[in-house]
Parts: sequence; C-alpha cells; structure tokens
Amino acid sequence: MGDHGPAKGLSRWLFTTNHKDIGTLYLWFSFAMFLVGGIFALVIRAELFEPGLQIVQPEFFNQMTTMHGLVMVFGAVMPAFVGLANWLVPMMIGAPDMALPRMNNWSFWILPFAFFMMLSSLFVEGGAPNFGWTFYAPLSTTYAPPSVTFFIFAVHIMGASSIMGSINIIATIMNLRAPGMTYMKMPLFVWTWFITAYLLIAVMPVLAGVVTMMLMDIHFGTSFFSAAGGGDPVLFQHIFWFFGHPEVYIMILPAFGIVSQIIPTFSRKPLFGYDSMVYATASIAFLSFIVWAHHMFTVGMPLAGELFFMWATMLIAVPTGVKVFNWVTTMFRGSISFETPMLFSIAFVILFTIGGFSGLMLAIAPADFQYHDTYFVVAHFHYVLVPGAIFGIMAAVYYWLPKWCGNMYDETLGKTHFWLSFVGLNVTFFPMHFVGLAGMPRRIPDYALQFADFNQIASVGAFLFGASQVFFMFIVIKTIMGGKKATDQVWESAEGLEWTIPSPAPYHTFTTPPEVK
Amino acid sequence: MSLDLSKSLTPVCRVLAGAGLLFGSAAVMAESAVEPAQRWGVNMTPGVTEISRGIYDLHMLIFWICVVIGILVFGVMFYSMYKFRHSKGAKPATFHENTTVEVIWTVVPALILIGMGIPASSMLMDMYDDAEDAEVSVLITGYQWKWKYEYMDEGVSFFSNMRTSRGEINNIEPKGEHYLLEVDNPLVIPTDTKVRFLITANDVIHAWWVPAFAVKQDAIPGFINTAWTVVEEEGVYRGQCAELCGRDHGFMPIVVNAMEKSEYNSWLGARQAEAAELAQLIKQEKTFDELMDVGKDVYNKQCVVCHGANGEGGVGKAIAGSPVATGPMDQHLSVMVNGVPGTAMQAFGAQLNEIELAAVVTYARNQWGNNMGDSVQPVDVYNFKQAN
Repeated sequence: MGDHGPAKGLSRWLFTTNHKDIGTLYLWFSFAMFLVGGIFALVIRAELFEPGLQIVQPEFFNQMTTMHGLVMVFGAVMPAFVGLANWLVPMMIGAPDMALPRMNNWSFWILPFAFFMMLSSLFVEGGAPNFGWTFYAPLSTTYAPPSVTFFIFAVHIMGASSIMGSINIIATIMNLRAPGMTYMKMPLFVWTWFITAYLLIAVMPVLAGVVTMMLMDIHFGTSFFSAAGGGDPVLFQHIFWFFGHPEVYIMILPAFGIVSQIIPTFSRKPLFGYDSMVYATASIAFLSFIVWAHHMFTVGMPLAGELFFMWATMLIAVPTGVKVFNWVTTMFRGSISFETPMLFSIAFVILFTIGGFSGLMLAIAPADFQYHDTYFVVAHFHYVLVPGAIFGIMAAVYYWLPKWCGNMYDETLGKTHFWLSFVGLNVTFFPMHFVGLAGMPRRIPDYALQFADFNQIASVGAFLFGASQVFFMFIVIKTIMGGKKATDQVWESAEGLEWTIPSPAPYHTFTTPPEVK
Repeated sequence: MSLDLSKSLTPVCRVLAGAGLLFGSAAVMAESAVEPAQRWGVNMTPGVTEISRGIYDLHMLIFWICVVIGILVFGVMFYSMYKFRHSKGAKPATFHENTTVEVIWTVVPALILIGMGIPASSMLMDMYDDAEDAEVSVLITGYQWKWKYEYMDEGVSFFSNMRTSRGEINNIEPKGEHYLLEVDNPLVIPTDTKVRFLITANDVIHAWWVPAFAVKQDAIPGFINTAWTVVEEEGVYRGQCAELCGRDHGFMPIVVNAMEKSEYNSWLGARQAEAAELAQLIKQEKTFDELMDVGKDVYNKQCVVCHGANGEGGVGKAIAGSPVATGPMDQHLSVMVNGVPGTAMQAFGAQLNEIELAAVVTYARNQWGNNMGDSVQPVDVYNFKQAN
C-alpha cells in the first residue's frame, strides 16, 4: 500500500478517493468560484462608480448582487473550508484518509454540476435569479424569473454535498484519531470543523426544506409564502434565517481554527486558553440557533420577540470576545515574526473584531431600525467575511502550501499580496459604513448624489482587491511549479502531526497510526 | 424555458462595452451634477423626532463603547507586536492558561453588554406603541415601484411616483439636486401631531423608511404593520424603499412634507375638494382630442418606461400593432384596469383615475399606426370598473 501512487491522467481526479486529491479539487474549485463571484462584484462596483446607470440595467444588476452572494457563500467560502478539512483533518489527527472516501469523491463531484446549473441561468430567457442571495418570498416565488427552479435544484445539490462532507468529517474525527489523540488534544482547526460539521448537518436540511416549499408554491399551487392563499411571507424569513444565521458561523468557525493554529506558531508560544477556545466555539455554535430573527427586526415582530433576539444576539459577543482575548494573549510576551500567514492572521483578528463591533451595533434592535438593509449592513458582513473567512483561507494556504507541494512560496510576493489585499479591502468596505449610516439602502443600482464620493472610493478599492487575487493565483501556481524546497517542519515552531510527515506530504500518510503522547 | 443566446448575451456584452464607456464619461458626469447638500456624510443624523434622537444617542453610545474596547484590545496587540518581536530577539514566555483571566474577560464584557442592553430595551419599549391615540392615520401600500398613501377616514388617497426623469438616470440630462429622492405627490403630515402609519404591500415585500423619523417598517403583502411618529420640525424629509423589491427597487423614493397643522388642514381640504371635483368630471363627456392630449401625458408618465417612447415595446410588449390595442375595447380595458397576472403589466385600476384610464386607452388605440378611430369615455371606464 505504501507505494501505491495516484492514477494517471484525468481519471486520477474523476475517480479519486484520496483525501489530498479531493482537498485539492475543492480548493481549486473554490478559487475558480471566488474569481467568478469576484467578477460579479466588480460589475456591481463598476456600475456604482458614479450615480446614474452606465453599464448595466437594474434587472441585470439585481442578478449580479444575487449571484455574487450565492457564488461567494456556497461556491467560494464553503468549498474552500471543506477542501482544507480534507487536506488537514486526517493529517492532523493521524488518520490515513477520510472515513468515507467514496462519499468524499461524490460530495465534491456533484458541486460543479450544481454551479453549472446555477450559473447557466445567466444565459436563459428571463435571466438569472435576481431576488438577492436571501431570496425573500414572494419576490422569489410569484414574482421570480423562470430560472428560480434551476436555482432551487442547484441549492439542493449544494446542500447534499455539504451534508455528505459534514458526515464524512464527523465520522473521520470520531473514529480515526490516532491512539492517544483525545478530543481535548485535537488541534483547534479540527475542533472548529467538528462543531461546524454539526451546524451544517443541522441547518442544510432546513435550507432544503425552504427551497422545496418555494418549489411547491411555484409549481404545485401551494401557498406557504403567499398571504392570498393563507400563507405568510414572513414564515419564509424565519425558516431562511434559521438556516442563515448558523450558516454565517459555518463560514467563520473554521477560520477561527486556522488562526488558532497560525498565531501560536509565529508567536513561538502555545495557544493561550485552549480549553476556553473549545468551549467558546461550542457556545457560539449553540447561540447561533437562537438569534436568527435579528435579521428581521423590522418585519413587525412583537416586542417580546425583539427583546429576546436582541439580548440573545448581544450574548454572542461574550464567547467571541473570549476568543479575541485569547489570541491577543497568545501574542503577548511571545516572540513574534511576521511571515505572510501571520500577517493574514493578525489582520483577521483586527478586522474581524471591527466587524464584530458593527455586529454588536446591529444587535441593538432600536438602532437596527436605522441600520437595517443599508450599506452599514453590507460593510458589517463584508468585514466579517472577507478579512474573516477569506483571509483565514488565504492564511491557511500560505501556511500549509509548503507541506502540500513541498516548495516554499516567495515571502516577498506573499507579503505584497497581503498588503495589496489589506489596503484594497479596507478602501472598499470601510466607506460603506459611512454611506450606510448616511442613509444609502443596499441592493440599489443607482444612488442619490450625496453618496457619490464614498462609492467612487469603494469601487477603486474593489478593483485593487480583485486584481490582487489574480496575483495570489500567480503566487500559488509559481510555488507549486517550483521554488525553494520546504523542510518537513516548514515553520520553526509549528506543532502538530502534519509537520512530522515529509514535505510534500506523500500520497498516503499515517498508514500506521502515530502514537500521540 | 428556452435558451435564447441572442437575447441573453446582451447584458453580458453590455457589461464589456460599458466598462470602457464608464471611465470615459466620468469627467462629464461630475460636471453636470448639481452639488448635493450633504457630501462626505459619515454618520447617522439625529433626525427630527424624539425617537430618532434617542436612537442616535444610543447609536453613538454603543459606538464609543466599541471604540474604547477597540483601543484597549488593539493597544495590547500592537504593543505585543512592537515589544515582542522575534527580530529583536524576544524570548517567548511559556504560559498558556489562566482561569482567573478567562473568568474576568467573560464576566466583564457580559456586564458591559447588560449596560448596553438596558437603555436599548427601554428605547425599544418607547418605540413599540400601537399608536391608537394618533390623530392622523395613513395607510401606506407598497407597489412595484411606487407608494400609495391613503388618509384613513378622510377620503383622500393618491400614488407617489419618483419624479426623476429617465434622462437623468441614463446620464442624458444633468442630475437635479434631489436626484432619485423626489416624487410627484409627497406624503403630507402635520407637525407636532401623532401620526400613525399602517404599512402593507400589494405585491412583494417593500420597506418604508424615512431616516429623519427613524421609521423603517417592512411592507408585507397580506399583513399590516404599524409605525408612528411625531415630527417636531417643518420640512421635507426624504427616504427610500429599504427592501429589495425587484427591478426598480432603487427608484421608489419616499418624500414626506411635514407642515404646520393649519397648513396641513387646508392642504387636506384642497385634496378633498379635488376628489369631489373628479367625481363630477368623470360624468362629463370628453372630446376625442381632449382624450388624446391627456392620454399622451399619462402614457409618458406611466407607460413609457416599459413600452417605449413610440410604443415599440421593451420590458413590456409593443403597443404599436398590438392585438390588445387593436382588439376589442373590453379586453383592452381589462388589461389596463386589472393588469396581466404573472407579467410586469400591473393593474392600473387603482393607480389612475377614470379620466386618465379613458384617455390612455384612447391614445394607445390611435397612435403609432394603431388606427382604431374609437375612443372610450371616463364614465364607461367607471362602469367597467364597477362591473368587473
């Protein structure tokens, strides 16, 4: 078994059951989607460069905002995390592969079909889905373009893929840990993914349910979301956000795990408060199920509902704060160096915390009546998703890429990529706080003149950010093609089983389980 | 669903073609724009009601608390990054847990949150009020893409459409000061008076938002939400629809004209008189030419966006040579009054009065090569509406 290498040619990738191959497939797929979703974002920012309609008409603009959100959430961020889990979880717990390798292949290979189906709707009559990534009924049912049916099936496939991926990760973590690797010895990345997988299994069926109800309303004459038939449009929002709020944590918890691996390495000091990090992650996951209606403060909920969801939401700041304090304390009295993964991780902590602050402001229900559905919200969730999820993923790629391909990336290029991205994202998203507070609603293709200056700045930042991701692709390909050979340890003070195997990681690792002390 | 490449590729191509156009036209656009009142605005405004000021104060309070926490946390972080650099030969400590500090940084933030939550809860209780004691009640209905205001028990109702011209939006004409934030018929309310808003929608979900009042409430078809305000200063207040509601979501502004109670009363009286006058006018016979003149105005205001300046069609079907405009009168009236379900053709029965409906139908039947030669009288439209 030890010398059994990959198959040759295309069949290697089509039929692979190897966790490293499948991880690679997920990561490249997610990067492709990241670029596609990025192009959609740049269409939006180009149109919003100045007041008036210049480039696209409102119908197409709405398709762009919708597809940008869907592609980034389901196509870029989630598959990237699954790809990282595939590569890293077995190597971190000393397992030879994922527990369910054939299902692993299947859960990846249905994804391209889902996205082909969804993206192809851009070219059908009536256009792509245009009702926002939150697809509120009845705009997404009675008033939707015909392509909504394609969208529903695409969501079903993505959901199936996520559920299979999660089952696999849970099965792997529960059954394939090396002897001595108790739960409380698992690296935090494994822990955060373990919890994330449970979140996914809990909420993806809810998403599948809500899109099925839409399908019934559209094609089979039911009235779940139509008041005229005795249904309720607000019911849609409750179900959607019962999925949607845990979903946003699904997109951030694995990133918490990543920076919890990286910060100790480059601070040359063990992670502070490992146990409390695990408990905080679990608390955040639990709370994510009881805060959904904070997305709906203006739908006309009763006072008691508003108060409950406001207080529950504010409570999330406690475990999140614990995590930030632990990271900062890990750095305190360490011996810090600033390699690219560390730069991304530090930016993660700072900018994610800023996104957390605006999140706390949004939790304050009375103030949310002013913030709701403005660019302040857009600024908030891009601050948690871009420097949160995306920077987390990039930090991970720089950190583990030498282990994956055996070559060191070029540190100067990596740092250049970091600074371009850092400047680009802040120039793009910081001014959105301002226009949002000044009264600019989200999802509009054209805006009043007083918002022109900051929008222009945001558009310039967006093109800078977009261009620097093409540069990122160049850096990654260059590293894979060649470069300085990486040592097995790669980083001087990195800890964990993945650093005990050779670089690049052999096709099969830990065929004999390691002993964990 | 069919795959029609020639049609579907257009938006994509337009993106590519437009990208060049955008940067070329930037300079021209900047000159033609009127200087807006509030450039570089970075914050919420306190507004003109007790509630809006309360929300503003709460917003600033939370903001400053966040700033202080941020300075402390980032301060420690930057200090560590400066002081404990590997390149300066810093030797790492080995501590990695301390239950006492974990408890402290769990409990202290929780206390701060309680400090925020208490004023926020009391603010929320102040805002929640069914406003049954309001002196004025307005039923607000969101339509794709306009608002309808109905003064309860006063017999006055009207639609409020965006007034900004397509020329301004398409960068053909210079943009006015209140670009996209101006309407033909603003909502008029009295100052220093409790006004209740009953908010609903006719088609999809909209949201009625006036930042200066801190009133934002979703308009949900089939349900009625309540909001209220007491405006303290006279003035014109502008807002926008805040919930994505389809194509022209960005083009359904809200303008509220708050005036002194006496002025408001005389305004309301005038609107009531107009309504009575209209009831009389409907009974009068119109000549063909009168109908054509009014019809042209109505067409250019209501129909031109979808059906084109020469009835050539666009989002909507072509009117020139259409089977509806050259078919039976009853069918034509039905399309106008009831709309065509499942398409972009709305029901105009409630949005246009009988004279306007009669005129625009007559106009469509006798324009752009449509040569029906017939006309319909307002009273016929009235009878049609009663019967259907």
